[in-house]
Amino acid sequence: MQVNEIEKKEYTPLIVAFCCNWCSYAGADLAGSSRLNYPANVKIIRVPCSCRVNPLFILRAFQRGADGVIMCGCHPGDCHYSTGNYYARRRMTLLFSMLDYLGIERARTRVEWVSAAEGAKFAAVMNEFAETINRLGENRKLRDLRCEK
Amino acid sequence: MLKIAVNEINRLFDAIAAVENLYLPVEKGGEVEFGAYSADAKVRLDALQTVKSAKDMFFPFSENLMKFHVEGKQISVEAAEKVNEEFVVFGVRACDARSFSILDKVFLADPVDTYYAARREHGVVVSMACSRPEETCFCSAFGIDATKPEGDVVTWVADGVLYWEAQTEKGAALTEKVAEVLAESDSAAVEAQQAAVKAIMEKLPLAGLDLSYFTSRPELEIFKRPEWTELSSHCLGCGTCTFVCPTCQCYDVRDFDNGHGIERYRCWDSCMYRDFTMMAHGTNRKTQVERFRQRFMHKLVYNPKNRDGEFGCVGCGRCLKKCPVNMNIVKVAKTLSAGGEQA
Amino acid sequence: MREIKELLVQKINELLDNGTVDRVAGWKAGEFCYDAAPAVFTKENIDELLYNGFCGANQSKFLVNAATTENRILALLKPCDTYSYNQLVKEHRVDPSRVYALGIPCTGMVDVNKIKALGITGITGIEEDGENLKIATIYGDASCKKCDVLLERCMVCKGKNHVAGDEMLIPDEEAPETPSCADRMAEVARLEAMTEEERFNFWREQLSKCIRCNACRNACPACTCRTCVFDNAKSGLAAKVNNTDFEENMFHIIRAFHVAGRCTDCGECSRVCPQNIPLHLLNRKFIKDINEFYGEFQAGADTTTKGPLTSFTKEDCEPSIVMERGE
Repeated sequence: MQVNEIEKKEYTPLIVAFCCNWCSYAGADLAGSSRLNYPANVKIIRVPCSCRVNPLFILRAFQRGADGVIMCGCHPGDCHYSTGNYYARRRMTLLFSMLDYLGIERARTRVEWVSAAEGAKFAAVMNEFAETINRLGENRKLRDLRCEK
Repeated sequence: MLKIAVNEINRLFDAIAAVENLYLPVEKGGEVEFGAYSADAKVRLDALQTVKSAKDMFFPFSENLMKFHVEGKQISVEAAEKVNEEFVVFGVRACDARSFSILDKVFLADPVDTYYAARREHGVVVSMACSRPEETCFCSAFGIDATKPEGDVVTWVADGVLYWEAQTEKGAALTEKVAEVLAESDSAAVEAQQAAVKAIMEKLPLAGLDLSYFTSRPELEIFKRPEWTELSSHCLGCGTCTFVCPTCQCYDVRDFDNGHGIERYRCWDSCMYRDFTMMAHGTNRKTQVERFRQRFMHKLVYNPKNRDGEFGCVGCGRCLKKCPVNMNIVKVAKTLSAGGEQA
Repeated sequence: MREIKELLVQKINELLDNGTVDRVAGWKAGEFCYDAAPAVFTKENIDELLYNGFCGANQSKFLVNAATTENRILALLKPCDTYSYNQLVKEHRVDPSRVYALGIPCTGMVDVNKIKALGITGITGIEEDGENLKIATIYGDASCKKCDVLLERCMVCKGKNHVAGDEMLIPDEEAPETPSCADRMAEVARLEAMTEEERFNFWREQLSKCIRCNACRNACPACTCRTCVFDNAKSGLAAKVNNTDFEENMFHIIRAFHVAGRCTDCGECSRVCPQNIPLHLLNRKFIKDINEFYGEFQAGADTTTKGPLTSFTKEDCEPSIVMERGE
């Protein structure tokens, strides 16, 4: 399902989580099979590695209606491809700093390292992030009016 | 002739804005562009030119054409609303004022572009004579009188007074609506300014620009001139010249998928772009030399050939100011004229 | 400047005559006194070559397409141009064996738009007179300080040393002094110190002027993709206009990001912008962050060091540093 197909009725924040296939996606899976609650408005997009996440992905998620974007990958040092998340870490640091520089709320973006064994951490991170976004309210600064229904 | 003191000019703007939508040169982020009038707008009548030309008011940078709504298997089409309210564009310089008649010949010819036609029908052009032309100005080469521009109403600013004269029926109708803020006046100050500015115009470095080469020689001969290669050698293929040009009229029609339908819009296009007129088989002009040549052939050769000798240029000088590599229509014209066989 | 010009012509003739090069990428006089257009010269028209205080255009990107022939092309590189040149060589976009790079001295280039912004218009002549510029106009004579009307890049000059070149016209130690250098991060720091809302408004006002002419991209020596993502119909992003403020932001964030770690801060983007958007402030933000987070780095200083975004250390800071900063 495309992000933009998700109906937004009354304000419930939409959160997009890019999760790497090897750690964080498995972590999300574990959270599910362990019956740990995390908000239903967190929409997971599986990527082969956190390093696959292009800055455009983050921006386009905002364009298409996301109120917060979080990227999850293997812990530094544990990357399935050895070093992917190290590159991703630099990229996201610079991108988030740039968004902040342009006056966009810095709390709307986040990176967390979640291993396949950390189902509980995944749920906790998502709960906490959803709360942050709830507090911030709707994304107004990086939205594209054409994409609103 | 009517007048109002420049330090009371807001009374005039308020009077126009009370009956029509008013657009005029306003400063934003340090640059001047045509924008809507408001009480806190930074109006810059002293600016000789806006970055984008006044064509933006009639043939905007981007405009929606229609929307397609998709609901299940149902698709409905919603046409964009055309301009249906009167508006006034204030402070159009002589060069930009002439550009409208060049654009008219394209957009109002059969098949009529209804979006453009609606804007032309509802728009009132209040032009403003130039009092301080720059070295890049060469409108006189196209027979444009910078001291008495075309337009529904023409205005002059001299010695702290704005003079106002209606030139068309539309202009007279507008004058009637704002008559209470204007006072009767003689034209002595205007005539004095006109004479002074005309003397300056003659001194401008590009005043004597001769374009007769382009109308006297065969099209193919000009097309095949070897100089095109060198002229275009540094062209970056950006769209600056076309986007600031008052007479460039090419546009692209594109669709935007917003996730629940399609928005179709048109926007300015540039013949300098690689994907200009891209078709299924590819593109017509594969090199920058061809693209560069097309732009100037269009303005200097095809346009006069097809439109009774009228060039596709009004001499505003924007491309002279803005080209990143300092290439422009004057250099092209001079280079080709100098090396060409004279008729 | 006059002696330098004479030396330069002498040197070029020597290189053309002994067959080292067959073409020269230089500047040519145009319509106005301040008009120095990049052009290519051969033996026949080399006397039209110009080198004065208006030759700001960075020639290095031109070499991507020009330095492809059997015979070498002579590139005249000012000190700051050599950084761009190095970066292009490092990225294999320019083959240095097809270029003869001649380092030429520079004492700062004038931005005529800054002169015009002072209200001096109708310019017919500009003469350097020590630290001042004497300007003749159709409305009478005027003058201004040269240091006030230099290009942005010259205000923060990288110095007179060339970092690349097959030969120097004059040794860097003997070259004339470059303009005094202001703190190039001062403006970035000023923006950083603003509130989020002020920053947002500042950039909205600036970026909303963008007419998407692509001059910044096409002039940028770091933007050498054969097909830009914004031109690629298959990317889903291709557009010729910014229809919404989102697209304005996206275009400039992505462009700045793509050159992050590769941008030498040559300032071409701001120089060519028809709307005078301070695009260099986006690039400098990345440079400032890179310097702070990953250690001082100057793109184009050499042709071998790995760039900050193509390398890492295990001890790099976490992205959360952005949240913690300034709180």
